Order: sequence, then C-alpha cells, then structure tokens
Amino acid sequence: MARLTIDDLKKIKEKQKSTFALREGGYRAKITVHMGTCGIAAGARELMTALLDEIAQAKVEDVITTTSGCAGLCAREPMATVEIMNKPPVKYGDLNGDRIREIFKEHVLGGNPLEKYALVVGSETTY
Amino acid sequence: MEKIRANLLMCAGTGCVASGTPKVKAALQEELQKRGLADEIKIVLTGCNGFCAEGPVMLVYPEGIFYQKLTVDEVPKLVEEHFLKGRPYEKLLYKEPEKKLSIPTMNDIPFFKHQVLRVLRNKGLIDPESLDEYIARDGYMAAAMALTQMTSADIIKCIKDSGIRGRGGAGFPTGLKWEFASKSQADQKYMLCNGDEGDPGAFMDRSVMEADPHSVIEGMIIGAKAIGASKGVIYVRAEYPLAVKRLQKAIDDCRERGLLGQNILGSDFSFDLEIYLGAGAFVCGEETALMRSIEGKRGMPRPRPPFPAHKGLWDKPSVLNNVETLAQIAPIILHGADWYKTLGTEKSTGTKVFALTGDIKNVGLVEVPMGIPLRTIIYDIGGGMKNKKKKFKAVQMGGPSGGCIPESLIDIPVTYEDVVKTGAIMGSGGMVVMDEDTCMVSTAKFFLEFTADESCGKCTPCRVGTRVMLDMLTDITEGLGKDGDIERLQDLSRDIIATSLCGLGQTAPNPILSTIRYFQDEYESHINEHWCKAGICRKLSSFSITEDLCKACGACLRACPQKAIVGEKKVPHRIIQELCIQCRTCYDSCKFGAIKIGPALRKDKKEPAGKV
Repeated sequence: MARLTIDDLKKIKEKQKSTFALREGGYRAKITVHMGTCGIAAGARELMTALLDEIAQAKVEDVITTTSGCAGLCAREPMATVEIMNKPPVKYGDLNGDRIREIFKEHVLGGNPLEKYALVVGSETTY
Repeated sequence: MEKIRANLLMCAGTGCVASGTPKVKAALQEELQKRGLADEIKIVLTGCNGFCAEGPVMLVYPEGIFYQKLTVDEVPKLVEEHFLKGRPYEKLLYKEPEKKLSIPTMNDIPFFKHQVLRVLRNKGLIDPESLDEYIARDGYMAAAMALTQMTSADIIKCIKDSGIRGRGGAGFPTGLKWEFASKSQADQKYMLCNGDEGDPGAFMDRSVMEADPHSVIEGMIIGAKAIGASKGVIYVRAEYPLAVKRLQKAIDDCRERGLLGQNILGSDFSFDLEIYLGAGAFVCGEETALMRSIEGKRGMPRPRPPFPAHKGLWDKPSVLNNVETLAQIAPIILHGADWYKTLGTEKSTGTKVFALTGDIKNVGLVEVPMGIPLRTIIYDIGGGMKNKKKKFKAVQMGGPSGGCIPESLIDIPVTYEDVVKTGAIMGSGGMVVMDEDTCMVSTAKFFLEFTADESCGKCTPCRVGTRVMLDMLTDITEGLGKDGDIERLQDLSRDIIATSLCGLGQTAPNPILSTIRYFQDEYESHINEHWCKAGICRKLSSFSITEDLCKACGACLRACPQKAIVGEKKVPHRIIQELCIQCRTCYDSCKFGAIKIGPALRKDKKEPAGKV
C-alpha cells in the first residue's frame, strides 16, 4: 500500500467520517459489538455470531457490524451499540445471543429501539 | 465580575464534536468577542442529550431555546439575531420529533454524565484494528502537525504548558521529562512506552491498548520527535495477549502506510518501534528495571542518577512514558495546552482514567476531570456499593504502592496533591472499593503478600523487610499478634521506605501505614481481643444467631457446609460452635442481620490463642 502523506490523512478522514456518521457510506445502520477482554470474557463473540447469522438470514446489505474495544461499563458486558442513520446511538447491556437477535429485529430492521435492554442513548463527552 | 446574562450549553458528546462543536465554539467565542458580548454570555461544554443526529446542538439558557445543526457560517447571523436583537434564530431552531424515546440519555445516567473522555476518546467507537477509522477521528493529524509545523522546542513547550503529569503514578511533569532528554546529546535516543501494568485491580492501560492502540503510537511519534529519538519500544506484559495483538497490527499497518519508518508522512523525521514482551514481574514497571529487562538482563532497578534522560536504555538517553500519558499527547498537540487545562485543577490538569473494581456496582473503566470529588466517583459514577445494604468502608488507590482512603475522607477532590495527603497515591488509577465486610488487616496482608513476592531481592530492607512484615501481619490475623506489633510495623515501614532503592520498596509499606492510620482500632481488636469484626479472619471470629432477629427461615441452615446450624420452623436457629469452621457463609446468607460476629472462642484445650 502507498505511503501516506498529510493530504491522504485528510482524505481518509473525510471518507471515513461519512461511514461513521452513516451519511454517504451506503449503510443505514451500524452495530458495534464491544470486544475488549471484558466483553469477550462475558460472551461478546456469541453476539457477533448471532448478528452475522441474522444479517445473512434477513438478507440485508445496508447494515454493518463492527467490533470495538471496551465500552467502559464492564459490569454490564457484553454490550453493543446500535446506530441507525440520523438517529442517536443506543447502547445495550447484559446481552446474549437471543437478546441481540431480538434487538436486530426490533431496532435494526424495525427502527424501534428496544427499551427493555437499552442502557442509554447518545454519545459520550469527548472534548 | 460582569453579570452573565446567558449560558450557551454546547454539546461536547462524540457525535457533536465530530460534526463540529470545537470549530463552532471557537467561532462563537470570536463573534461574541467582536460584538462585545463575551463578558455577559458564557459558553459551557456539556454532555450528550441524545440529539446526535442534529449536531452540533446548543441549548441557550435562561430561555431554554435549543439550536441544532450549527455551522461556523451561521454563527454571525445567530449571534446577531439572538443576542443582539433578542429573538430566536428561526433557521436553526430545533424541531421536536414526533415520538420521544423513553431510554435515558447520557445526562440522565450518572455513570456517563460525570465522565469526559480524552484518553478514551475512541473507546467503543472505532475498530481498534482499523488505521482508517483512527484517522477518521483526527488520528495522526497531531503527528502531522508535530512533524511538519513544529520544532522539538514547540512540542515540549506545548506539553509543558498543558501541565500534564505522568499517569503511571508518580505524576512527574511529562514536558519536563521530554525537555531533559531533548537536551542530552547522543547518537541514539529511545522513546519508550510503559505498558507493564501490574497493580492488582488496575486495567486502564490494557483497555487503552486494546481499544485504541494507535493513540499510543501517535503519542510516541510526537514524543520521539520532541526528544530526537529514532527508535522506540513498547514494553507490554505477555499476559495481555489481546493488547499485544492489536498493538502489533497497528505497528504493522503504520509501517506499511509510512507512519512508522523512514520519512514519516513525507517529513524528514524517521522513527520505528517494536514491542517487547515482559514476563509479568511487577518490578519491571520501574523505569530502570524495565530498561534492563529490554536489554535482556534480569529486571532489577539501579540507582539514579544517572537518570534515564541521560543514560537509559543501552546507556542512551531515553524517555519512558505510561500508556495513558502517551494516549493523550495527540489531542494536546491538536487542541493546544489551554484546551487541556480547561479541565482539572491548577496542579493536576486534564482528566484521569480509573479502573473501578471491588464491592462497587458499576465495575468499569471511567475517565473523569481531575479534582472531581472522590464521592462522585464512588457513589454517582460507581453507583455505590454492589450490596446496597452494606456501608462503604474504604477505597484502595494506587495498588501495592498506595493506601486506603476511609469513608471520612470521601469528599476530597481527586488530585495528585490531595490524594497523597491521605497517605494513598494517585497511582496508575486502580480503585478497589471495599464495603464494611472488609478486614483492613487482611487487606494490608494481601498487598504485602504481593510486594513480598514481587520484590526483586536487590535491597535487603525490601527483600527481607517485606517478608518480616508479612509474617507479622499473618500472625496478627491468626491470633498470634503481640503487644507492640503495631509500633514495630510502623518502625520497620519507615526503615524500608528510607533504605530501598526503587519505588517498589519505598512504597511497599504504604498499605500497612495507611490502614494503621485509619483503622488502628481494627489492628488492636485483632491483637488484644482476638476479634476480627468483619469476620474475615477465621481464627479471630465466632458466629452466633441473635434469637430476637432470627425469623427461622432456614437460609443459614441450608447454606452451612458443616451442618453446624440446628433449628426448625418458627424456632430460632442456633450454631453448634464445636462444628463451626467460621466460613462466614451463614452471615452472608442471612437476610435479617441476625448473625453476629464475635471474638474467637477458646474451644480447644491448648494454650488460649494469642498468649505467647
């Protein structure tokens, strides 16, 4: 791969930003499974497997799943964050395979956040 | 002081920051200044209310008017309409959505509300194995600035001005450390990262390396430029496999994309780094021992001076920074020293990451502004005790080098200076919360077991002294404590502190000193009354059932592994002392608080326990 210049950094930033904000990336929804050591130990892999299975079954192409590090609230792992385009992210906690399947159907496909498993809506203070 | 007539609450949540809060804030500040309104209108950054899709958002008080999708271009118009002409700026007014979510927002939940993420800015947001996602969140922009627009002196000045202090525990000013090393003349210098996190209960550094490995690498590139190093090493313990894997992936990606190696980002600066796996010896977190370990020698500290800034790894000038320190170098360069100082206190600037563990409800990783009251961390963010019926007793800070802060001091602000005054230390950020069922002598013993084990053996006071102290503590917890033990422990502590070479020995007695300082009565009741009031030390406790409180529910009877409890329905239960092994199971199983912990019973014919 080519060596990066500062201009490349800016280009990558702009390009990736749209995926992050789900604006132009062609995706409607993004599901992040938090896979730090704590998440994995609590069973995050099971969530990932279930999600990939649900996506395959539903035959949707505008939903991406991704992994990330510890979400901070280790006591409530496994956790996942669901973000639908033009909606604030929703964090879910104390999940398992069945629960993430339910969330996938209700929130990701249906568009209605599943209040019973939701911990919090919005993003954290970072500045 | 001028009277503030309006507060502008700008959202500083990740979503709004990404869509432009910092730029809009700067533009607003400038516009208010220009119009002469800066003294009466104050901008405050706040947490997220869940309007991320409409960001950046701003709430204007006292009117309570909500603006959305702010842009730099709209700022002059907004200021003119709202603050000069006094009417809401229609164009950006927030329109109420049809259906409101009933899920709480970040500001509704204390765990999230009190946190500000700088070190953990990418926590749970990016894929740690994706360089592009790191770049999307301003990644390597600070390195680009440092390499192309700043001199070594500029970087050092910025870091010095920010006031950031080493997050490994000692709190030495990072900028000063870099300045010393930059002034050393040598053909080779090293930039090192300390990922040898070893305190029991601490997992901040692991989480940072796992969640955001590039933030550490970027900090190292900037540091390397500042001191003039061309090589770097990240020292991580091998028992952090996921952190090692993700760091290695990040390093490989950086090399491939020209962010490490020759002429980084097309500049004339070259720097490369590698990972060195530590075997998990606690002493290797000490800088000189860590460097010896990288050299392939047995990890043992050496006297300083010479300090590593002059003679470090391979006798070359070296800087060793903690993971958490390095992870926040990039935002400091990017946003400036003044931005960094907006949080924290005068002498403890910025934020600190803590790993909350123990008897606390919200076990987790939190980042808070320095100076926040300890109470807020324990009760609001931490959610109080895991078992609501139990009272908070103490919080252990600083691991084996630290101490316990009792309930009476829970209102102190968390800064380097205030924590040290209590006899604990800020340390690397482990906070082990203990409830009333904790025996403080056993707690001190636990930490001494750790340090006695981990002492490298070089200095006799540390090697033998910690062992002697551990034996004394063991005696006390087993009913063999003697008059004067407390004083002997204190004397020995002072000697070990005074005569040990490195931080391990110099701080190993802290857990003992601080527990004696706040809980001397517990030591005394162990020694004089053979009574461990928490019922932890088996040889120093006995259990009995208070008849009036017993509801004869049978919970203890079923829980007892010794079948030492007798009773039937409606008849208060009783413990047969001859069978009881003081395992405390009945105490934990009783919902009515009917089980009482008393002093040891002298049930055998031998010499009464403790008489020597």
